[in-house]
Amino acid sequence: MRNPYRTERIAFSLLFLATLLIVVPVGLIIVIIIQKGLPAINWQFLTDIPRQGMRAGGIFPAIVGTIYLVAGAILFALPIGLFAAIYLSEYSKDNFLTRLIRLAIVNLAGVPSVVYGLFGLALFVVFFKFGASILSGSLTLGIMIIPVIITASREALESVPYTFREVSLSLGASKWQTIRHIVLPNAIPGILTGTILGIGRAAGETAPILFTVAAFYLPQLPKSIFDQAMALPYHLYVISTQVPNVEEKIRYGTAFVLVALVLFMNLVAIVIRYNFRKRKKW
Amino acid sequence: MVKFQIKDFSVWYGSVPALKNVNMDVEANEILSVIGPSNSGKTTFLRTLNRLSDLQSGFRMSGDVKFDNQDIAGLDAGVVRKRIGMVFALPLPLPLSIFDNVAYGVRMHGLKDKRELAVRVEESLKQAYLWEEVKDRLGESAFKLSGGQQQRLCIARTLAVEPEVVLFDEPCSGLDPISTAKVEDAMVELKKRYTIILVTNNVKQAARVGDRTAFFLGGELIEMDSTEKIFTTPKDKRTDDYIRGKFG
Repeated sequence: MRNPYRTERIAFSLLFLATLLIVVPVGLIIVIIIQKGLPAINWQFLTDIPRQGMRAGGIFPAIVGTIYLVAGAILFALPIGLFAAIYLSEYSKDNFLTRLIRLAIVNLAGVPSVVYGLFGLALFVVFFKFGASILSGSLTLGIMIIPVIITASREALESVPYTFREVSLSLGASKWQTIRHIVLPNAIPGILTGTILGIGRAAGETAPILFTVAAFYLPQLPKSIFDQAMALPYHLYVISTQVPNVEEKIRYGTAFVLVALVLFMNLVAIVIRYNFRKRKKW
Repeated sequence: MVKFQIKDFSVWYGSVPALKNVNMDVEANEILSVIGPSNSGKTTFLRTLNRLSDLQSGFRMSGDVKFDNQDIAGLDAGVVRKRIGMVFALPLPLPLSIFDNVAYGVRMHGLKDKRELAVRVEESLKQAYLWEEVKDRLGESAFKLSGGQQQRLCIARTLAVEPEVVLFDEPCSGLDPISTAKVEDAMVELKKRYTIILVTNNVKQAARVGDRTAFFLGGELIEMDSTEKIFTTPKDKRTDDYIRGKFG
């Protein structure tokens, strides 16, 4: 006869195993990066320009470049993504066209990043004549993360109970007042989750910046948004594959800084999100 | 004075009729109880009066609903909803403090002065018989109140925007008898200043507070008369059956 408790134990073991399979590689990556990269981290590595053909010195220009690019991408993508999400979930009617648009947005999130790179090259670098610049790179990264932000924001907006909107409207508030004072404040945690995902992607991708902004070797800081810049993911690619005889600890040190930078930016968003979640009272 | 004049009023959701050819007048400063089994159209009736039905997909109406001699379909929905307040079946506080819940509607209509807001909040809470219980903790989350207190908070919130009519949609369905009595006391007191339409599943409640009572069945208004007549000598047999609990 079948023993339901034994079946349950087997099922739980399988579920636990699956979780373990996910956690172990992530943990290993982090352990290896810390183990091999930490020795390279010192004040000079973080604040100096690369020297001796990137075999020595620091990675300061790449850190600055990545911060600029991520900030630019968020600055561009968050307002547009959020406004589009508000329109799609609060105002647009549910018909064939809007369903098609929603489907397209979800699919855009799955487009390979190198395609965004080519698109950015054609549109911003060539057509708008921004050249290879921080502006082109930020806009390209921004377009890449807009679908992520729209999808997360829409879910956040739609998870605010309908009754809240109904109460607000029943008191004579306009639809916009309802969105502004009731829906948005309660959707901010979810919107920030989308932003966190966006930050991670924008900071880590190499392909979109390859043609639009990244400099192979530029031992100085960008002076304006029309300058080229170094960026951590591309720099990592360069010193790992294009430049011979780079010490291993410099490569892992760069990876360590990239991961730490993304985690730090996420941490800021997580702290903001935590503070908003505390206010959630239903 | 007649507050609502309703003529040949029908409502559909998609192709499904929800109300069929309703004709009635609602007097100012009366409590009109609306009774009837589920799916009789009484909630639809209520939600159409303050244009909340507009939000539902497939909503369509025909006929005339005149509010102070003005066609409600011709007025701005926000204006209609401000003048015709609504208290819902379940207590639905907004995720704000007690004070901000009551002040919400008033703020949306442009009142910013803190002293005036405080006066308005206090008056409204007093009218809803809640002031004494919450006056020392206005800054707390509205979700910390009990169900009955939350419902009176919702009444205060509706009153704060100074409507002319208050619609109650089964306001006591989730409340215990003592909270129900408090809400009913508030309603009787409120009719001095407001016109009240009370939809209720509780026939006894309709008898207790209603000046007049309307009986809906299957989207039709079967009968409407003084509460006394409806409960002693109804004209229609179906009304009699319903209030005696033979169906519904």
